[in-house]
Amino acid sequence: MSDTRNADTDGGTDATTGTDAERFEAVVVGAGPGGAAAAAVLADNGVETLVLERGVEAGSKNVSGGLIYAGKSAAYTADDLFPGFREEATERPVTRNYMDNVAGDEVHTIDLKRVHEHDTAWVDSVLRRRMDSWLAERVHERTAEAGGGLLTDVRVNGLLWEDGEAVGVTCDKLDPIRADVVIAADGVNSELARAAGLMDWEEPDEWFQGVKAVVDVEPDVIADRFDVAEDEGVARLFGGDLFDGVRGGGFLYTNRDSLSIGTVFHLDSLAEERAEPHELLDGLLTHPHLGQWLPDEYSEREYSAKLVPDSKKVAHGSPHRDRMLLVGDAAGQMQAQGPIIKGMNHAVNAGGLAAEAYVEAKSRNAPHSAGELYASKLREEGVMDELRPTRYEVTRRLSESDAVTNVLDSVARSSVGRFGLRATGGLAARLFNSPFVLGMIPDTRTSYVTVPTVLAEELGERATGANDADPPTLEERIGELTYDTDVGNPHIELVDESFEASGVAVTACPVSAEGFGGGCYREETVRVNGGEERVVSLDTQPCVECGTCAVVADTEWTHPRGGKGVAFDEG
Amino acid sequence: MHTVVLTKGVPDFREGKVSFDEDGHLERGNTPTTMNPNDEHALRAALQTRVRHGGRVDVMSMGPPGYTSVLREAMESVYADDLFLISDKQFAAADTWATAITLATAIQHLGEPSLIFAGFKTADGETGHTGPQTCWCLDMPLITHVVALDVDEEAERVRAKRLVEGDVSEIETVEAPLPAFVVADPEFEPSYRTARHRLERKRLRAEARERAETAEEEVTFWDHAELNLDPDYVGLDGSPTIVESVDPIPKAPSEREATVVDPGDPEAMGEVVDELAPFAGGD
Repeated sequence: MSDTRNADTDGGTDATTGTDAERFEAVVVGAGPGGAAAAAVLADNGVETLVLERGVEAGSKNVSGGLIYAGKSAAYTADDLFPGFREEATERPVTRNYMDNVAGDEVHTIDLKRVHEHDTAWVDSVLRRRMDSWLAERVHERTAEAGGGLLTDVRVNGLLWEDGEAVGVTCDKLDPIRADVVIAADGVNSELARAAGLMDWEEPDEWFQGVKAVVDVEPDVIADRFDVAEDEGVARLFGGDLFDGVRGGGFLYTNRDSLSIGTVFHLDSLAEERAEPHELLDGLLTHPHLGQWLPDEYSEREYSAKLVPDSKKVAHGSPHRDRMLLVGDAAGQMQAQGPIIKGMNHAVNAGGLAAEAYVEAKSRNAPHSAGELYASKLREEGVMDELRPTRYEVTRRLSESDAVTNVLDSVARSSVGRFGLRATGGLAARLFNSPFVLGMIPDTRTSYVTVPTVLAEELGERATGANDADPPTLEERIGELTYDTDVGNPHIELVDESFEASGVAVTACPVSAEGFGGGCYREETVRVNGGEERVVSLDTQPCVECGTCAVVADTEWTHPRGGKGVAFDEG
Repeated sequence: MHTVVLTKGVPDFREGKVSFDEDGHLERGNTPTTMNPNDEHALRAALQTRVRHGGRVDVMSMGPPGYTSVLREAMESVYADDLFLISDKQFAAADTWATAITLATAIQHLGEPSLIFAGFKTADGETGHTGPQTCWCLDMPLITHVVALDVDEEAERVRAKRLVEGDVSEIETVEAPLPAFVVADPEFEPSYRTARHRLERKRLRAEARERAETAEEEVTFWDHAELNLDPDYVGLDGSPTIVESVDPIPKAPSEREATVVDPGDPEAMGEVVDELAPFAGGD
């Protein structure tokens, strides 16, 4: 260990040489479930581990739809790694899962029990601020015992290079840190994955975008409306014509004393349709079918958003470079299994496997082989096949073309197709429950919109309830979010402000909207040389750091410093 | 590394907290006591020293028994170890000189600390004398207006950056052998640039949170007998400063007379307009 006592100068050290760098055996970047799992396994094996988290508290930067799965066949699960996890850190065990296919007011419900329980030990609803901060406390205790610990409020901004090799990390406000292994669990917009050249997901079709409202509901109202006991919960998914033809769907999960209600859409579809995410969410929140579950007084605790990688397209088969291993979202490990999205379970599993790989590699006196070992563990444990099913690669080539989609849509909507769906309504339910089929479902309008709509039209029943929910306006939602930055005002740079290049950001950004000037982006018409030009301008404050604009617009932005930026209370 | 921080309880001057009698004199009994704001910089400098070099930080104050709450604040903010309150009716009404003699004796009673920290003047007396006078009694090198410091344990020296003439535009670096006395400037900025330092600070915080719950019960009280001080040389009797008089703070000028006008009453509003018209014309 280098002597750091006198290195505490304001000037810091030269990050390119790393001569005065501090040293830990392992550095874990990010204290979400992936980072927490990795750190726990490292510490339990006596590895001196430092965990660095950018949020003011673990979980304050994180959003999830809200279900964490534990795979029966997974090598690592959250409750195995962290005793008491389900009792203290999660919301409710989700014992029932349904898919509501919607066409207008008609709804046809399919029980997703089989696929929900397939290879599943348990499923719990979670809110990330609470869950991640609980995990962080345990992680700090365990890593401190092994000579390290967990620090919040620290932004890791890049890799420490030495002779062309990444040998550690650099941080804002901290001297560089060397490590034998760096576990990068720094999320969907991972700066480390990009710095190492491991992330090149530039296209909107490689992403989903989710927005979510956490709605305040008393536990006895949840018990009454969902017919559940205190230790039971419900998940409902929504598809069909609810969302103006945008590819994706909605979800509703019961928490202890709130509901997580949100939508997840293919980002390319959102961009093509120039759809407003918050309006699509409102479409779900105010649908008559939801009235039966919402409280009499609708009150939102938080509005949030997140980008989700589509693992089928971007999960990295070999997510490592030099001594850095990627886990979780940073490695694209987010599985959309038809309507069911699983991410946190893969992050936990991968975090454990990455740590295990390092411990094994070290015991063989070859710590540099940790990355290769980790990649082979991901393959051998079947994680890669869940994330990138080979059968999907085959079907997407056949089916993800507009021509084929149009034909399939026409068939589904034709009288023959309708007859088929009516006659085989039970078959549709079986297909929705087949992990094998879901693993190869093409990402097209047919599966997300057309089939659910026709199912509801042919087999559905009219939703009779009233829905008096009056969701807040975008302005009110943004006003409730905390955003605090010191990286410049605005903190985003528009490389090309022409409407052609960046106009989609106005609509796709979850905190901006056409005709709304208080959001992150707005559309403007400016006079130029006697003519008029449509350009995109930036407002300053509201931002949820989802990264949507970096994908759909010609934009450059960096993460705010530690403790800065958006802070979610629920997540 | 054993450091001692001197702190003082002062009336809480925040709005709505201060109570004055009819003559404009401060009513100490009705005004809550809080830690002298400038002492926070001294405490932060001491914490930085402890985080970097280990050892202990003790906090000392002189005042009535109620000052234990100030000491508790110190424990909560900088995770101090032992708390000492120099408290005795014999010490009452001491000027800065008598206070310095008392504090210096108490510090010597503690042993031989390597560094003693004090804040830059108090929010009530504002003389800025007590720290330097205490240092003089202890016969130590004194560094004032310190904005950054580091200790070389091997060489037993402290190196500090200090403001010259209290001016942020001119900074000099000075060195002194330990033990030394440091007066922290309000511009003092602690620096924690390594992860290990931050982890150590987090560890101290967790430890101190538990201790702070019973902090006020754990305070060590010392009186003149314990410190072997002659009552003639401390408190009012030992204070050469004589206060001739105290000028009450002048009251703000009384508000001008106001007339309430109902904006719905056209006649009254007409009168307002008539009143304002000459000014609108530039008269």
